Amino acid sequence: MITLLEARNIGKRFGGLQALSEVSLTIRKGEVYGLIGPNGAGKTTFFNVLTGAYTPDGGEFVFNGAPLPSGKPHLVVTQGIARTFQNIRLFRELTALENVMAGHHIRTTAGVWGILTQNKHTVEEERLTTERAYELLKYVGIERFATATAKNLSYGDQRRLEIARALATEPQLLALDEPAAGMNATETGQLKHLIEQIRGDGITVLLIEHDVKLVMGLCDRVAVLDFGRKIAEDVPAEVQKNEAVIGAYLGGGHKHAH
Amino acid sequence: MNELALAVPWLGKRNPQAARWVVIAIAIAAPMIAMMFGRTWVRVLDFALLYILLALGLNLVVGFAGLLDLGYIAFYAVGAYTAAFLASPHFDVHLPIWVVLPLAAGFAATAGITLGFPVLRLRGDYLAIVTLGFGEIVRIFMNNLNYPINITNGPQGINSLDPIMLFGWDLSRNIQVSEDLAINSLFLYYYAFLACVAGSILFISRLQVSRVGRAWAAMRDDELAAKAIGINTRNMKLLAFSLGATFGGVSGVLFGTFQGFVSPESFSLMESIAVLTMVVFGGMGNIAGAIVGAIILSALPEILRHLAVPVQQALFGHVLLDPEVLRMLLLSLAMILMMLLRPAGLIPANAKYSHIRYLKAKGVTE
Repeated sequence: MITLLEARNIGKRFGGLQALSEVSLTIRKGEVYGLIGPNGAGKTTFFNVLTGAYTPDGGEFVFNGAPLPSGKPHLVVTQGIARTFQNIRLFRELTALENVMAGHHIRTTAGVWGILTQNKHTVEEERLTTERAYELLKYVGIERFATATAKNLSYGDQRRLEIARALATEPQLLALDEPAAGMNATETGQLKHLIEQIRGDGITVLLIEHDVKLVMGLCDRVAVLDFGRKIAEDVPAEVQKNEAVIGAYLGGGHKHAH
Repeated sequence: MNELALAVPWLGKRNPQAARWVVIAIAIAAPMIAMMFGRTWVRVLDFALLYILLALGLNLVVGFAGLLDLGYIAFYAVGAYTAAFLASPHFDVHLPIWVVLPLAAGFAATAGITLGFPVLRLRGDYLAIVTLGFGEIVRIFMNNLNYPINITNGPQGINSLDPIMLFGWDLSRNIQVSEDLAINSLFLYYYAFLACVAGSILFISRLQVSRVGRAWAAMRDDELAAKAIGINTRNMKLLAFSLGATFGGVSGVLFGTFQGFVSPESFSLMESIAVLTMVVFGGMGNIAGAIVGAIILSALPEILRHLAVPVQQALFGHVLLDPEVLRMLLLSLAMILMMLLRPAGLIPANAKYSHIRYLKAKGVTE
């Protein structure tokens, strides 16, 4: 299988806290890769470093064979990595459709002059952006709320909208930060279905999740972080048996792990 | 334009097309109606149009891009002084308006970027404080650049700016159509300004429904998320500052040439706040709000000025409150009531950033 993303010895320190130390992992093209770990293990920090929100103290990311720019979120997105947030961050005053259209920003080129004169290129691009955004809303199943303001959508639909917005950037790697947080069993089931669909369409997924059932049922491979270190990386069935992992989740003594 | 039509009470929602014509008719007929009450009122309308232009530009920065700018009047000053330098006896340079206007727009845009760079990382209150300082710096420069070399003529300001010449017409002179019919110069200015405002509305509403407008709105609603979908927030902020400043610069030129005189006291902090008040009062983040706010808050004080003295004399026999004091009192009162009763402004923003018509075939309606 082809490697899509390689993290090499990523380190990140916040004052006295080593949030990430020497984290290396490899994500292959077309898989769903799970990143799990107890609270505070460094999962979200890893996300933030990967997507350019933070600059790593050490190490680098290689994406599609080329190093990723660090600390420049918009360039990372252009390279083909899109993300969602743990606490939903939509553009509240925009409609669902406009949120997704905004996500298409980097794949469009109209400039101020084109907009002022409404030249052919701008008008055509605007039409395509609108249609494409609607298709994406359909893809995640919320097209009936296209003209509803984002802040008025239900929680589950907001999650879906965030995924649609991320997909609008045309990513090769979609990084989801706890997409099932706060969802009930039915919604989680639908989410699982959606992620499988996304993988089916050839987009690699990096998934941070607490819902162990979802991770085990969905991921091709799983890495486990604990105190900023990678303690395991394997297929789900093997990770579940890993003693270090059980120890991390249950707190040191892993004798009574079952 | 659509937003403005929709904002027409009662008619707007029922028949937007008719409402649009009502708006156009009012805009064209307004100076004639005002003339019945005297030339002063036409002058008030001319100034109202300048304020609309300012409010539209500030709304771009504050309402669309979410960057609270308290020094906006500085760009107005840059425009006005550009006109004063390039078309007045002060340096004895007399360039035509077609040269002055783009130059002033360019200078104002440059000033906007100059302000934009240092404040890229600031938001909210901090941004407001720095922009406020910027506005004051510009005014103080204008006030003091008369020594050792006299550039701005200091507090006395610059006199007798060249009037606007359009296609050989001097807008400052009445046009004698026939023996007993003359078109007043104030009318000429009114329609010239109206054309500017109409062009600006068209430009801004196009910007709003575009990738730029959406990027601004995204940045305003959640800057981190905007970065996460690949929006270059630095460039978008600079674009907002420079485009907003351009509107300020253009209206500055119009103001200077219309008044024929510029001085630093026209560009005080109170003016910045007045324009911001118009935007907030009308409703931030939508074109109609900025326009309605500008009209009401620029015309009301004038009406007040004409009513306050006679009414007080009739009631108390003498003038208790100076109209200027009363103006500030009532403005503040209006703002307080507004915040209590309609915090989103007179016309709450319901701005569209997409054209649903592209999805008609898919059966999507508003």
